[in-house]
Amino acid sequence: MRKRKNAVLLAVVLGAACVSLAGCGGKEKEKRELTVFNYGEYMDPDMIDQFTEETGIRIHYEEALTPEEMYTKYKSGAIEYDLLCTSDYMLQKLIEEGEFQKIDMDQLEYKNNIGERYWEFSKAFDPENAYTVPYFWGTVGILYDTTKTDGPVDSWDVLFNGKYAGEIVMQNSIRDTFMVALKYLGYSLNSDSEAELREAQELLLKQKPDVQAYLVDEARDEVVAGNATMAVVYSGEAYLGHQYNENLAYVVPKEGSNVWLDSWGVTKYCDDLDAAQQFLDFLCREDVAKKNFEYIYYSTPNEAVLASLSEEERADESLVPPDDATENCEVSVQMSQETTDLMDTLWKELKAD
Amino acid sequence: MIKRKNINKRAWFSSPYIIWVVGFTVIPMLVIFRYAFTAREGGFSIENVLALFDPIHFKALLFSLKIALGCTVICILLAYPMVLAMRRLNLGQRGFALFIVILPMWMNFILRILAWQMILSPNGILNFIVQKLGLQPLAIANTGTAVMIGVVYDYLLYMILPLFNAIAEIDEDILEAARDLGAESLTIFFRIILPLSLPGLLSGIVMVFVPSMTSFVISDILGGGKMQLIGNVIEQEFTKSANWNLGSGLSVTLMIFVLISMAFTMKNDVEGKKSAIW
Repeated sequence: MRKRKNAVLLAVVLGAACVSLAGCGGKEKEKRELTVFNYGEYMDPDMIDQFTEETGIRIHYEEALTPEEMYTKYKSGAIEYDLLCTSDYMLQKLIEEGEFQKIDMDQLEYKNNIGERYWEFSKAFDPENAYTVPYFWGTVGILYDTTKTDGPVDSWDVLFNGKYAGEIVMQNSIRDTFMVALKYLGYSLNSDSEAELREAQELLLKQKPDVQAYLVDEARDEVVAGNATMAVVYSGEAYLGHQYNENLAYVVPKEGSNVWLDSWGVTKYCDDLDAAQQFLDFLCREDVAKKNFEYIYYSTPNEAVLASLSEEERADESLVPPDDATENCEVSVQMSQETTDLMDTLWKELKAD
Repeated sequence: MIKRKNINKRAWFSSPYIIWVVGFTVIPMLVIFRYAFTAREGGFSIENVLALFDPIHFKALLFSLKIALGCTVICILLAYPMVLAMRRLNLGQRGFALFIVILPMWMNFILRILAWQMILSPNGILNFIVQKLGLQPLAIANTGTAVMIGVVYDYLLYMILPLFNAIAEIDEDILEAARDLGAESLTIFFRIILPLSLPGLLSGIVMVFVPSMTSFVISDILGGGKMQLIGNVIEQEFTKSANWNLGSGLSVTLMIFVLISMAFTMKNDVEGKKSAIW
């Protein structure tokens, strides 16, 4: 084993020597590369090839499922990622831990394609808009079957009043489910008050017998298949659900909800900031953003793409949330360790009941 | 001298296995132990290892024990008649019967559990049939019953195989002698078949009880996230709460529980006969 270790060490030293020699030989010949870390199925794969064709910069593409998984993989340091796309609160955590470097926004020719509104959303976790570039965004709301509901569905109340007992699917995620209860009670979804969180838990405990299941990705499918009347889902899921079953509708309840934002950041390991910025600029470009939008069908912050959509697409609230729908919405931010622990415990109590 | 050398040489054949076990079992286990005895802020701590006795965790453990016990009992009740019937078959038929029993294992376990979800869901296949028969639809999906069906379905094979091996070995002459002496079928079962199949039964119990107690995927999929087994708690600590120390602590204590129950089974082994797994 010891010998093995030495061999690895030798290889690393030799490798480093080669790189430094190549550096002396002239920068033009050096192959430019970027290691990109993104959620699964969150970019049109053709765009990666197109970027390499246009710029000659090679992309190593890596995927993960959840922000937590991404964080764990990134922190383990096994791969030095240059660019990373993740969600609001996780971005905040990474910025606070000094994992990101500042982006020179003036170098991004197409950054104005991203609407002012989304740069404002970003300020919740990136106050100076210095570290992140918005990629996709959306809301959390209720996906429901219009043939099985009677009366308006415009409030979280439908999940708690017992009218649809046994017909409700909630998110199997601590923050998303607490968000629903907190918003219904009129509190902030970023509440760190123990009393408010306990009140939310009490409400969820009372609701549990009415809940058919706590699911993540299958939440949408259960409504599509007619097994459940309504489910708490992400807006992108709602759009896809509507494609399968046109009786489905999506609403962001009037009490407000969560606006989520997935953005790109450049990590501290990136030593070719110019290449990274070229990549970000590429993603902001209208034709590329449109291709990605058509691949993913989440709401795009790219106003050039929005302007090119058909009337029908633009009228779909799950695809293009109107301004007033997000009025009472908040971006979720990273909670203190203490609050996170409390929520974990409250969640386990809820599940154990 | 030469002989010894040969043995030494042959010992090398085990090296791939040893590398495998050290790399993928022993080292990860040590890492888990390290995490378990470290507080999240660093420094030695025993808190995470004792966390299993926290009321919430203990409740999940009790529920897991309930599921595991129920599953084991149901598996025994299902496996004995099945195996006794298989014993009567001739060699070719036996092979075919075993093939049928093992067949589902050729498909990925998650897929099979997802299939059960489809069968049991409110608008699923089961309710379709039930309603065709003019009965009230059943609400099995997302309940403890659904989880029980899932674990029994998944682990029944591990009861049937060792039991079959033990019972197939019983000499027919012994049973015939008993019959000649006027023993009833029940007497034959309880006085001859049961004691002689005990080694198979015990390894079956271990192989059904342990995994059904520690499973989390089945309860997640068939329980609709409403059923919390101890496995689900551990999974949450690792994947959602990013508290690896607590997750490891719970795992270590659970492992000790499992080892105790296994030692107990081994100790009750019959008269020096080892309970062979297969």
